Amino acid sequence: MNSPLTRRQFLQKSLTFAGLTIAVSSTPLGYRIVKAEDLIKTPGLFNPNAWIEIKPDNEINIIVNKSEMGQGVCTSLPMIVADELDADWKFVRFVEAPAGERYGDPGWGGQQLTGGSTSIRHMYEPLRKAGASARKMLLQAAAETWKVPLSECIASKSTVRHSKNGRTLTYGDLAEKASGLSIPTSVTLKKESQFTIIGKPLSRLDIPLKVEGKAQFGIDTLIPGRLYAAIARPPAYGAKPLSYDEEAAMKVPGVHRVLTISRGVAVCADTLDAAWKARDGLQVKWDKGSQPDLDNQTLEMSLMESLKEKGLIAKSIGDVKSGLSQSARNIEATYILPYLAHVTMEPMNCTAHVREDQCEIWVPTQNQTGVLAMAEKITGFQRDRIQVHTTYLGGGFGRRAFTDYTEEALEISKATGKPIKLIWTREEDIKNDFYRPGNSCLIQGGIDKKGNPIAWSQRIAVQSVFAHFAPQMIKNGIDPQAVEGAADMEYEIPNLLVEYVRIDNPIPVGFWRSVGNSENAFTKESFVDELAIAAKKDPLEFRLSLLKNHAASRRVLETVARMAGWGRPLKKGNGRGIAFHSSFGSRVAEVAEVSVDKKEGTIQVHRVVCAIDCGSYVNPAIIKANVTGAIIMGLSAALMEKVDFSNGGVASSNFYNYQEIRMDKIPEIEVHIVKSKETIGGIGEPGLPPIAPAVANGVFNAIGTRIRRLPMNPETVLQAIQKA
Amino acid sequence: MITLDINGKKYEVDVDPEVPLVWVIREYLGLTGTKFGCGVGLCGSCTVHLDGKAQRSCITTVGSVQGSKIITIEGIPEDHPIKRAWIEEQVPQCGYCQPGQIMQATAFLSENPNPTEEKIVSAMQGNLCRCGTYPLIKQAIKRAAKEVRKR
Repeated sequence: MNSPLTRRQFLQKSLTFAGLTIAVSSTPLGYRIVKAEDLIKTPGLFNPNAWIEIKPDNEINIIVNKSEMGQGVCTSLPMIVADELDADWKFVRFVEAPAGERYGDPGWGGQQLTGGSTSIRHMYEPLRKAGASARKMLLQAAAETWKVPLSECIASKSTVRHSKNGRTLTYGDLAEKASGLSIPTSVTLKKESQFTIIGKPLSRLDIPLKVEGKAQFGIDTLIPGRLYAAIARPPAYGAKPLSYDEEAAMKVPGVHRVLTISRGVAVCADTLDAAWKARDGLQVKWDKGSQPDLDNQTLEMSLMESLKEKGLIAKSIGDVKSGLSQSARNIEATYILPYLAHVTMEPMNCTAHVREDQCEIWVPTQNQTGVLAMAEKITGFQRDRIQVHTTYLGGGFGRRAFTDYTEEALEISKATGKPIKLIWTREEDIKNDFYRPGNSCLIQGGIDKKGNPIAWSQRIAVQSVFAHFAPQMIKNGIDPQAVEGAADMEYEIPNLLVEYVRIDNPIPVGFWRSVGNSENAFTKESFVDELAIAAKKDPLEFRLSLLKNHAASRRVLETVARMAGWGRPLKKGNGRGIAFHSSFGSRVAEVAEVSVDKKEGTIQVHRVVCAIDCGSYVNPAIIKANVTGAIIMGLSAALMEKVDFSNGGVASSNFYNYQEIRMDKIPEIEVHIVKSKETIGGIGEPGLPPIAPAVANGVFNAIGTRIRRLPMNPETVLQAIQKA
Repeated sequence: MITLDINGKKYEVDVDPEVPLVWVIREYLGLTGTKFGCGVGLCGSCTVHLDGKAQRSCITTVGSVQGSKIITIEGIPEDHPIKRAWIEEQVPQCGYCQPGQIMQATAFLSENPNPTEEKIVSAMQGNLCRCGTYPLIKQAIKRAAKEVRKR
C-alpha cells in the first residue's frame, strides 16, 4: 500500500499540473481569495478552504469543503463557483476536500464542520468571489494574449470571446497564462438577473454514482490487510465490565486480539463474522452502571418535576407576571416530548490505520476538525501526519458531528498497528446514539378582552446538547439550543418570558436535525393554536396579527394558506392544521390535512403543503428534496418515534422497536419556494420543525382533541381522547 | 468452499455457510453496492435478487444460495428503466438505501409492468429511507413502468 501523502505533499501534488488554482483562505477577519501556489511560498499564512482548479483540458475541479450527506452540497457549492466563473457546467467536477485547516469554514471560525444548515449560508459569498476572481484572471489572460482592452473580452461557458472579431480561447487554453497573473484586488459580482446556473434545478452530480451502487460510503472502505473489530458495550450508562471470557473469544478461528477500550471490550479478527462471534463468546458481565433505575418512567418523572423549578431567564420582554394578571383569560398547557435517535441508514463505522509515525482514517463524518483533534489526542501525532478521507455519508442529521466511532477505530488500530474496520450493528447504532433530548415544557398565556395575547410565559426543561460538545457556547447557564425557536420567537407579544431548567442525567444528547427547534416549534406552535382557539380566532389570522413587523413571515403564512386552500370546506371528518417556524435563517409555514380514526387512535396525514422563504437560493430542486425529506423525517418523529429506556440503559434496539415512517404513511407533499430579497437562509433543517405542530393542530381541528405529547401514536391519541 | 453465481460470474469463497450473504458479497467479494442496514430484514438496504426474486441478503445465509442466480445492484444494466427513472426523477439524497430500493423496484416491476399506486406501496413498504425520498421513489417507479410498457 502506498504511504499516505502529508497535507503539504498533497498541496504540492495538486499544483503539478499547468493550470489555474484559486483558493478561498480563512483569515482571522474572514477570508481572502488567493492563488494556491502562493500558499506554498508562504506556508502557514493562509488556510484556503475552497479551491477551483482549471486544467488545460478545460476540466474544472471544484473542491468541496463540506460533507455530502444527501443534502446536495457536492452540486450546490460547485454551482455557486461555476456561475460567477461563467463555466460550462459540463466541465465541472467536484472533489471532496481532505481534512485540514486549509478547508475550514470561515463562518465556523475555520472549523471544517457540516451542520446547522450553514453550507450555502457560509460559503455563498466566498465561493462567488472565488469564481469571479478566476473569471477576471482568465479575461485578463485573454486580453493580454490578444493585446486588446479587457473590456472587449467576454466570458461565457468556459470560453472567452473577443467582441470585435469573434475569436475565442477556452478557459483551458488560458489557464496557464492566467495562473501567472495576480489575484484581482476587487471583483464585481453578478446581479441575480445575470445568473445562468444559480437558481436552476440542475441535476445532482452524485446521483449517477449512487444509482449504480458505486458511491463509496464509509462502510465500503476495503483496505488490504484490514482486521475487523467488534465491541461488547455496556448495557447501562456507566457500567464497567466485571468479567469476560477472553479464552472463549480467542478460540474463534481468525481472532487476533481481545482488548479493553474506553467504551467496552473489543475483539479484532480477520473477518467480520469471526469478530462478531468472538464478541458473543466474551460473555461480558457488567456492573449496574451509574443510574440503574433510569427508565421511561423515571425519566418522565424527572422531566415533569423539573417544570416545578424556576428556570434561568433566557428571554424577558415586558412584565409577564402583570401581563398574566391583567389578562381577561389565562390558559396553561404542559407538553412532553420523547428522546429520539438519528438512525442514519448507514450505521456508524470507521476504518483507521495508525502506523509508527502517521495515521490514515476513512470516515463518514460531518466534523473533520473533530476527527483530526481526536486522532491527534489518541496517536500523539502532529496534524500533518494525520490524513482523513471523508467518504460519502449514508445520512448525517447531526449524528456524525460526533467522533466516538472514530475514536474506537483509532484506539484499536493504535493497539494492534493494523488497519481496523469497525462497523456498528444497527443495535449498537440505536443504543449508542447522542439522542435528541427528552423535553417538557409548561406554557401559560393570557389574552385581553379583544382576544389579543398579552402574556406568554414558557418554561423549558431539557438536557443541554452543548454541555459536552461545546461548553463554551453556554452563556450564563443557558444553552442557546435548549431555548432556540422559543426565546427568539417572532410573535410580537408585549410580555414574554422564556425560562430554561437544565436537566442532567447520563444520557448522551446531540444535534438531531433542527435541534431545539424541532421541540420548541412543537410547543410554541401548539400553544399559539390553543391561544387562537381560546380567543375564538382563526389560527392563521391569529398568527398574522402577531407578525405585524415581520412582513416576510406573513408572506410565507399567506402563501401556504393560499396553496393549501385554507378556509375552504374539508371532506367530512378531516381537519387542517397550520404551523409557522423560522430557523437557521429561513421562514417556513406548513399546513397538514389529517383525519383520525378515533377507535384505533391512528392519525392519517393526507396532504402537507409547505411554503419556505430562504432568501436567495441556489438549486430549487435540491431545496424541494431537502424540505420534503425534512417534512417526512419530522412526520416520522411526530407519529411514531421514541427511544425507550430501561434498567439504566437504552431498551430500543432495531427497527422492530424503533418504528419509522414507511411508504404507506407518506402524504401528498407540496413545497413552494417564496421568492424574496431576504438574507440567504438554511435548507437542510428548517422544513422539519413545523410539521409536528401542524399535524397536532390538524388533529384538534378534526376531532377537537388537543395532543400535547409526542409521538402521536395510537396510545397517545387514545389517552388524549379519553381525557378530553 | 462455497460457490456463488453473482451477476453471471462464478465465485468461490472459503466461508462459514451460516454467514449472512450480505457480508460475503460486500466484505469477502468487494461488491459494496449492496448495503447493510439492520441485519434483521426490516429495512431493505441489503436487497438482492435470488433467482429473480427480491430477497434480504442480511437474513439469507450464504450456504443456502449455492446454485441460485444472484443479482446485485452492480448487475442491473445502466439502461434499465428503473435506473434511468431514478436518475430522471433525481431520487437519491444520501443514496445509502437506494441500491436496495432499486433492487426491490426492479424485481417488482418485472412482475407488475402496470402497477397501481397501492401495489407500489405494498411492494416498497419494507424499504426504509431516512432522507425521505419516498415520493420520488413512487414517481420513478411509475415513470419506469410507462417506459417498460412503451417498449
